[in-house]
Amino acid sequence: MLPTSRTFEANARAGLANPILQRALALMQSGFPERRRLAVGRLPEFEALREIGKSIKNHTLEHLDFYLELFEGKVLASGGQVHWARTPDEARAAVLQICRSVDAKIVTKGKPMIAEEVGLNECLEENGITPVETDLGEYIIQLRHEPPSHLIAPAIHLMKEQVAATFRADHRALDPERSLAEARQLCDEARAVLRPRFLAADVGITGANFLVAETGSSIIVTNEGNGDLTQTLPRVHIVITSLEKLVPTLEDAATLLRLLARSATGQEFSSYTTVSTGPRRPGDRDGPEQYHVVLLDNGRSTLLGGEFQEMLRCIRCSACMNHCPVYAAVGGHAYGWVYSGPMGAVLTPSLIGIADARHLPNASTFCGQCENVCPVKIPLPKMMRHWREREFSQKLNPPMYRAGLSLWVWVAKRPALYHALVGLASRALGRLGRGRGRFRTLPLASGWTVVRDLPAPEGRSFHSLWVQRRKGETRK
Amino acid sequence: MRVALFVTCLVDFFRPTVGLAAVHLLEKAGCTVEVPRAQTCCGQPAYNSGDRAGAKGIAVQMIDAFEGYDYVVAPSGSCAGMLGRHYPELFTDNPAVLPRAEELAARSWELVSFLVDVCGMQTVAARWQREVTYHDACSGLRELGVKDQPRRLLASVDGLRLREMSGAEVCCGFGGTFCVKYPDISDKMVSDKEADIAATGAEAVLAGDLGCLLNIAGKLHRHNRRIEVRHVAEVLAGMTEEAPPIGAPQ
Ligand code: SF4
Repeated sequence: MLPTSRTFEANARAGLANPILQRALALMQSGFPERRRLAVGRLPEFEALREIGKSIKNHTLEHLDFYLELFEGKVLASGGQVHWARTPDEARAAVLQICRSVDAKIVTKGKPMIAEEVGLNECLEENGITPVETDLGEYIIQLRHEPPSHLIAPAIHLMKEQVAATFRADHRALDPERSLAEARQLCDEARAVLRPRFLAADVGITGANFLVAETGSSIIVTNEGNGDLTQTLPRVHIVITSLEKLVPTLEDAATLLRLLARSATGQEFSSYTTVSTGPRRPGDRDGPEQYHVVLLDNGRSTLLGGEFQEMLRCIRCSACMNHCPVYAAVGGHAYGWVYSGPMGAVLTPSLIGIADARHLPNASTFCGQCENVCPVKIPLPKMMRHWREREFSQKLNPPMYRAGLSLWVWVAKRPALYHALVGLASRALGRLGRGRGRFRTLPLASGWTVVRDLPAPEGRSFHSLWVQRRKGETRK
Repeated sequence: MRVALFVTCLVDFFRPTVGLAAVHLLEKAGCTVEVPRAQTCCGQPAYNSGDRAGAKGIAVQMIDAFEGYDYVVAPSGSCAGMLGRHYPELFTDNPAVLPRAEELAARSWELVSFLVDVCGMQTVAARWQREVTYHDACSGLRELGVKDQPRRLLASVDGLRLREMSGAEVCCGFGGTFCVKYPDISDKMVSDKEADIAATGAEAVLAGDLGCLLNIAGKLHRHNRRIEVRHVAEVLAGMTEEAPPIGAPQ
């Protein structure tokens, strides 16, 4: 997937002008946050858990090399394999090589975000392998050739009607008379189409919500059970994931799971939580013959020890985007790549570069709601600000903006001059605007006045009034 | 108590009445108020634009300007949050300035929370016959915990009735330079805020941050809504006669 983050402004305008998207986002905005609020309210220790979740992740990141080696050893011991992938190329190559080794024709997928990050579907298709998405939302957008617009609800930008139309266009066997008006009917239709493909798949690819170092296990959570069918029915199970999913123990994973679903959907726990450790053992009645973990770095290790390390705590719960007023205005596609909302605004620049992604960390009011709800307390606004600092030091902002800013800083560091100028400008603009009290348009202020009036200043700066008042007092 | 008023650049330029109201309230609470002349702006525009060096230069000047006062009080959660939460962060790599930044941070307060939490103010002697709604500006709310204090004091204003809006804690879309860099997105956010305000049927909307108020007033006026917009300090100080509502003719 080629990033379109560079054209964020145009993408955002398109999102704002899309009535279906706006309806879908309004629904989301009233759904997820409210359900989270209720779930958090039912768990008195939620705040304490956030602190524990944060320290589990911090500890793991500080000893990541140790836990990665431990994890690899445990995977090997349980009969599986670990494939280290520094880059998306290496990750695709590893998956492709495994698929070829078993002559795979059909591959089922249980919503691995890392597969989106490395563009896995395109790669498989080019090599004659058919990827089938099995998460309902992911399946819908695969049919529509769209990228996901949300971490856990990839088709959240659509309404039922679009989904029905998509199924009618693609499912040839579907009786045109059959109703697809209800969500339940849409699920049944998808289920009917997906069942035989689960059974036909040669390889199942999932992501991982957590990797457990002490046991070499991968854990996924789903609400549809599609992950279990994806990873247990085919002969080969590939977990494609990234380094920072690691936690030391099952106990740690359990703690983070208590935060995850509550933060994401407001559920106590997701419907399915599945722990996979190695391939089928002798005597097991089911399970894959091969178990592979493809572990992607893609620049994450360079974040360690730097100002963005804390971002690696992210457990992909989506709470930050669910509570973000900017995300709620423009939708996930505006961000132009796999990750959106506040977490995308921090992560994307580190994966595709700040030059391409500079708008993302800028398109935030720093309202702080994301940090406020993040289950592992990632200071997202602070990290967006750090990206703005990189942008500024690399001179990526528009020259006019830079010039205006440095002039303003120069004046602000000279109080006498500053007060004189503010006094003059306040008087001039105050006189000009007194009649109406506001300006419809004003030269150099079009960014403001294009969408709202500019209230006129009262006409005297506070400091000039204060000086006057002081003089009056001494005269008395 | 010797209190330095940090006027903030927006109040200084757009709405001195808010500064005068702050002085009035602080004096009522028994403070001796001074306004150091060496202050300008807290430096947020530079800080949030990634110009760390520029922000530091301004911050050092502010640290000097406010030295020696018992407290520094600003009629803005955003600017008080800059002093109280972000100045120390600016100097984590500078041991010469860091203690002074931390010391200033510990003395810095947003006006209304200072009146209630430090001065112990319970009521004000003001009258305003209005149904009002209150917008919780983001920095004050989430960085400084300003939530109940303004409501408590407003409850004592004679004639005033508060009607809470839904989404009172949702950002209005101001965000400093954000609102001019991304006007379309800002427009959507402030339009949602406008709808929430209008839905209460209140005659006036109040908040504790002038940035948000200019944004909200600008949007309400663009749609010719007859809803008054004022800084909460003007109402608490009983100074609503002193100046027309924000964006209204003089
Ligand atoms: S940044 Fe925090 S809130 Fe956002 S997805 Fe990650 S863990 Fe969840």
